[in-house]
Amino acid sequence: MERIGIWIGVFFTFCIFSFLYKDNPFYKVAEQVFVGLSAGYWFMYTVFSILKPNLYVPLTTDFRANWILIIPAILGFMMLVRLIPKIDWLSRFPISLMIGTTAGVSLIRFLQSDVINQLSATMINPFKGSGIIEIFGNFLLIIGTFTGVIYFYFSKKHEGVFGGIAKIGVIFLMISFGSAFGYTTMARISLLIGRLQFLLGDWLHIIAQ
Amino acid sequence: MQKRQLIFLVIAIFFLNFLFADSLMFKVIDNPNDDGTGVLIKWHQSGISGKIILNRKESLKSYEKIATLDPTKSNYLDKKGINPGTEYTYLIEFHNIKGQMIEKVELVVTPTGQWFNTDKKALLLFTLIIVFSIIYYIYSARSGKDLYIRKISGLDSMDEAVGRATEMGKPILYIPGTADIDDMQTIAGLTILGNLAQKAAEYDAEIIVPVNRSMVLSTAREIVKEAFIKAGRPDAYKPDSVFYLTDDQFGFVAGVDGIIVREKPAANFYLGTFYAESLILAETGFSSGAIQVAGTAMPSQLPFFVAACDYTLIGEELFAASAYLSKDPHQLGSLKGQDVGKALFVTLLFIGVIFEMFQISFLKDFLTNQ
Repeated sequence: MERIGIWIGVFFTFCIFSFLYKDNPFYKVAEQVFVGLSAGYWFMYTVFSILKPNLYVPLTTDFRANWILIIPAILGFMMLVRLIPKIDWLSRFPISLMIGTTAGVSLIRFLQSDVINQLSATMINPFKGSGIIEIFGNFLLIIGTFTGVIYFYFSKKHEGVFGGIAKIGVIFLMISFGSAFGYTTMARISLLIGRLQFLLGDWLHIIAQ
Repeated sequence: MQKRQLIFLVIAIFFLNFLFADSLMFKVIDNPNDDGTGVLIKWHQSGISGKIILNRKESLKSYEKIATLDPTKSNYLDKKGINPGTEYTYLIEFHNIKGQMIEKVELVVTPTGQWFNTDKKALLLFTLIIVFSIIYYIYSARSGKDLYIRKISGLDSMDEAVGRATEMGKPILYIPGTADIDDMQTIAGLTILGNLAQKAAEYDAEIIVPVNRSMVLSTAREIVKEAFIKAGRPDAYKPDSVFYLTDDQFGFVAGVDGIIVREKPAANFYLGTFYAESLILAETGFSSGAIQVAGTAMPSQLPFFVAACDYTLIGEELFAASAYLSKDPHQLGSLKGQDVGKALFVTLLFIGVIFEMFQISFLKDFLTNQ
């Protein structure tokens, strides 16, 4: 059985790799199987790992302690009435509740983490450091934060001194993107290595597993 | 006589002071700014070696040992099974280095939850300033005041992309990210979708929106439908233009890649939260020759979009995009209010750094104590 699994895995790996040449029937088969299987998997996952343990089991085992769960259940049911065109407007209520709650909760969360924490962490004495490198780093932190925020200020045209400061902000952003690109590329190569290990180890036994 | 009394008083104070010199003077208080599930035990730092044994009992129950504490410290937060509104009696024993108990004290406390966390003053202040600025600017915009927003180059390409799709007779592909509706970037992406769908309806261009979350599907359908109604073309709206593929990250990517290579959209828009799929989508779109506009606030994915797309909305530009496109007073006011927050940030940063250079740290302390 394990052997069959490995051969199926190898077949679909090659099907996906064939996309490097061009779109072809093998890729189409792999794509449709992947999409279909994963959609089915996530449906079952939602039923058995979310709905059942979080709604059905608490309501059936101890209704008095968990009756509050009826509210999200009704909201969830309201989403399903989209299938009935006459009352599909009811689904707007859970959507509005979800979006409004997200916006409110996120405002406070981001104000704390991205504004206040960032601000207090950047309020440092730039000359305080054990060496020239640390002092240089302190200046980079302050200038990078300052100019970065200036770049994202939308109420003033980027021209003159203000434009110059914003341009420095963009340079900082691009340098950080460059380093993030390199870092992530390294991580992606490890995914390729994983696939090659599967092909050369599990399948062909050329390398140790 | 008065002189004698004075001498007696001085001697008494001296001896009392001597008597309590080694005393740790314990205090047991309800831990401030919590939900009533913590009790704070405080004592004076003595510098004496030994140990403090902390026992606790609940009403008529017997004492149970909670912890052994170091007397050189000054406080201990007890959070073990504390229930709000319950009375607890603490028996605190101080043992010297030889293990002899030299002080014992019994103290009672009833912890309660607080309505307000006074440690969050800075957060409250920031929130109030931003919220009031937003309200002020919304009213200004509604009263007809012209609110300026600087040019966001990626967004000016939207008309170009829709025009190109119309000329070529090919669809526009729009991905509102791969996160659910509880993500701010998805909401921003969906708001931009409304503007783009309206333009597509006006130009009679086809728009296809594959999604990977059920809530996003419902919301996106509502938005596209409304956009077509706004454009005066409700008949042109096709419910199947917004469709679900799968929740699975790479399953979704495989499906979208298939759409890109087969349908060959004239313009691809990736606006929302993206993870590892960003480069796969953007590269496939690039190889198909489509004009591509991307936007995300995910710092790790932005480099890939910058490299593979024609225009990229960086971070907050994604959130500003909707206001820029629609010129809606609510969104414009909101954006202006956020700018007030940024101006405040930069000013405080500047003042804070100067203060730190002169070792004045009250501003940093005020912000740090959150």
